[in-house]
Amino acid sequence: MATTSSDQQSTVTDYNLPDDSGHFGPYGGIFVAETLMESIEELNEAYTKFIQDPEFLAELDADLHDYVGRPSPIYHAERLSRETGGAQIYLKREDLNHTGAHKVNNTIGQALLAKRMGKTRIIAETGAGQHGVATATVAARLGLECVVYMGAEDIKRQSPNVYRMKLLGAKVVAVTSGSQTLKDALNEALRDWVTNIDNTYYIIGTVAGPHPYPAMVRDFQTIIGRESRAQMLEKTGRLPDALVACVGGGSNAIGLFHPFIEDEDVAMYGVEAAGLGVETGKHSAPLCAGKPGVLHGNRTYLMADENGEIIETHSISAGLDYPGVGPEHSWLKDIGRADYVAINDDEALAAFHQLTRVEGIIPALESSHAVAYAVKLAKTLPADKNILVNLSGRGDKDIFTIAKLEGIEL
Amino acid sequence: MSRLDACFKALAEQNQKALVPFVTAGDPNADFTLACMHNMVKAGANIIELGVPFSDPMADGPVIQKASERALEQGMSLKGVIEVVRQFREEDQVTPVILMGYLNPIEFMGYEAFAERAAEAGVDGVLTVDIPPEESAALLRAYDKYALAPIFLLSPTSNESRIKKVAAVAQGYIYYVSIKGVTGTGDLELSEVTDKLAEIKRHTSLPLAVGFGVKNANIAANIAKISDAVVVGSALINCITDNADDENKGQEAIAGLLAEMRTAMDAVTK
Ligand SMILES: Cc1ncc(COP(=O)(O)O)c(C=O)c1O
Repeated sequence: MATTSSDQQSTVTDYNLPDDSGHFGPYGGIFVAETLMESIEELNEAYTKFIQDPEFLAELDADLHDYVGRPSPIYHAERLSRETGGAQIYLKREDLNHTGAHKVNNTIGQALLAKRMGKTRIIAETGAGQHGVATATVAARLGLECVVYMGAEDIKRQSPNVYRMKLLGAKVVAVTSGSQTLKDALNEALRDWVTNIDNTYYIIGTVAGPHPYPAMVRDFQTIIGRESRAQMLEKTGRLPDALVACVGGGSNAIGLFHPFIEDEDVAMYGVEAAGLGVETGKHSAPLCAGKPGVLHGNRTYLMADENGEIIETHSISAGLDYPGVGPEHSWLKDIGRADYVAINDDEALAAFHQLTRVEGIIPALESSHAVAYAVKLAKTLPADKNILVNLSGRGDKDIFTIAKLEGIEL
Repeated sequence: MSRLDACFKALAEQNQKALVPFVTAGDPNADFTLACMHNMVKAGANIIELGVPFSDPMADGPVIQKASERALEQGMSLKGVIEVVRQFREEDQVTPVILMGYLNPIEFMGYEAFAERAAEAGVDGVLTVDIPPEESAALLRAYDKYALAPIFLLSPTSNESRIKKVAAVAQGYIYYVSIKGVTGTGDLELSEVTDKLAEIKRHTSLPLAVGFGVKNANIAANIAKISDAVVVGSALINCITDNADDENKGQEAIAGLLAEMRTAMDAVTK
């Protein structure tokens, strides 16, 4: 898309998207069947109302503090920075949240909304299982029925999280249609939602789906960026020079980026999964190698064949294995405000081991993509530059996958 | 007059309601679909809805999902579906054909290119499941230019403001989804459908078709009493899968079910 630099200037300094109908430029919107439209209108009304309601916000803040353990710290990874030789690497420790990832910031918010809307049943889709666990957790706490849809392939590679969800009282439904991964779980959750529309609230786990989801999930995740801004100012006396976050659907990335969008001196890097390599076609990098289309309720960059059929994605990390991406990232890419890059399976694995050995922090495979790119970037920058990486989750869930890859029996 | 308008007019003169079968193009292969279209017309179908297979059919139940997967495995595509219609039109210039599917294949072909190719092949209308009126302005401009009828859905959850929005842009007919849920699941409640159709009628003079829960001739007859068109989909696709080892038997089963429905519908309206 042609965007002149003066447009871009005004877009970034006066950033207030999406518009009323949920668009980020040509992206986003509401592309669902009529059978869902009324529910989406109902959700939008409730969200618009409660996100300005002081009582709702106070309850949300209290939960984030007492139950999730926020604020999450920022840690200066000095050994990693020294070993890398270049810019300083800081980690925003979302891995220290209750349930082990950023996902809970969103499920806490949406579950409070579901309760306010009088819904008694929660459904969710999950890839890595982190969002499923975070949803099952809040459902348990609020006493709501919970059903989680998960691709049959993902159930195999993320078995610890499947068991955690069951312990928490959720029903985990294996999805065997299509590629049996996250996108198919999302399809199945949408089918459940239209069927049980009266009592069911659908907690989408990332900034995808029809409006208001991309805006709502972002708003619940911006706690990451708001805290980071204040913490970096306090720690280093200035804003970071660059932000780095992995991008599956894009919720942890937008949560970090959004409060910095108008700070044009802060560079932003979204890291997609290059899988076996972008050039092999076996990857999950729609922003780097896809083109715009419509899937799961919004217009955004997608991975599809020439006929518009969605193609199977590949990544070592289940949480990045998604052929679409949140529409706001598509817009930030087009206007040039954020850069999107890709890290392959091997690079992510190497970063996983490096962070574990050098800093004593086991990162999620998703987050390892961000760490890998931050290390690459740091090498190109002087030592007085600061890079803030969103460490979106911890890697306990991934140790079985990694052991298996390395031929180790547990 | 468009083929669709002519079809509904001719039926009204005979006190008949439209029987509208849905099959997924390319399930189990393109030749089967072409032969099936002609067979369905012979068995009493008035309008054909041809499913365009999509990798992510979010509004469909397991029966049509599987049909989509089979068709894609056979290499069916939006281009291929348009080609099936072009071949159908070599012999049948009367029966309206509606394409039913999802937006992304149309996005990738381009709205204008799609509308032009579809109209030129003899498609009469297009129902795109995942585009509500709010997002459809550009697509409607392309359809208007090539005289394609945009068909829209309404559902049990559509309130008055949604009914008005759909009525303002729909052409050809409006498709009422009779159940809360995906295709091929659940049982429709006749009295609820009756009430909702009456509500919709207050806002549009377009014919109303009812589908998503029509499984047998008895339900078809009940729906014929209260609507202008009866859509049957998953039940026909089951005829294909039940006879997966013998395509002729599949064709016969589909024609047989439609003929039963035709007789039952005519018995209550004529
Ligand atoms: C730890 C972690 N990071 C990142 C992601 C990717 O999601 P998103 O791009 O929405 O942050 C996931 C998804 O499961 C995850 O578990």
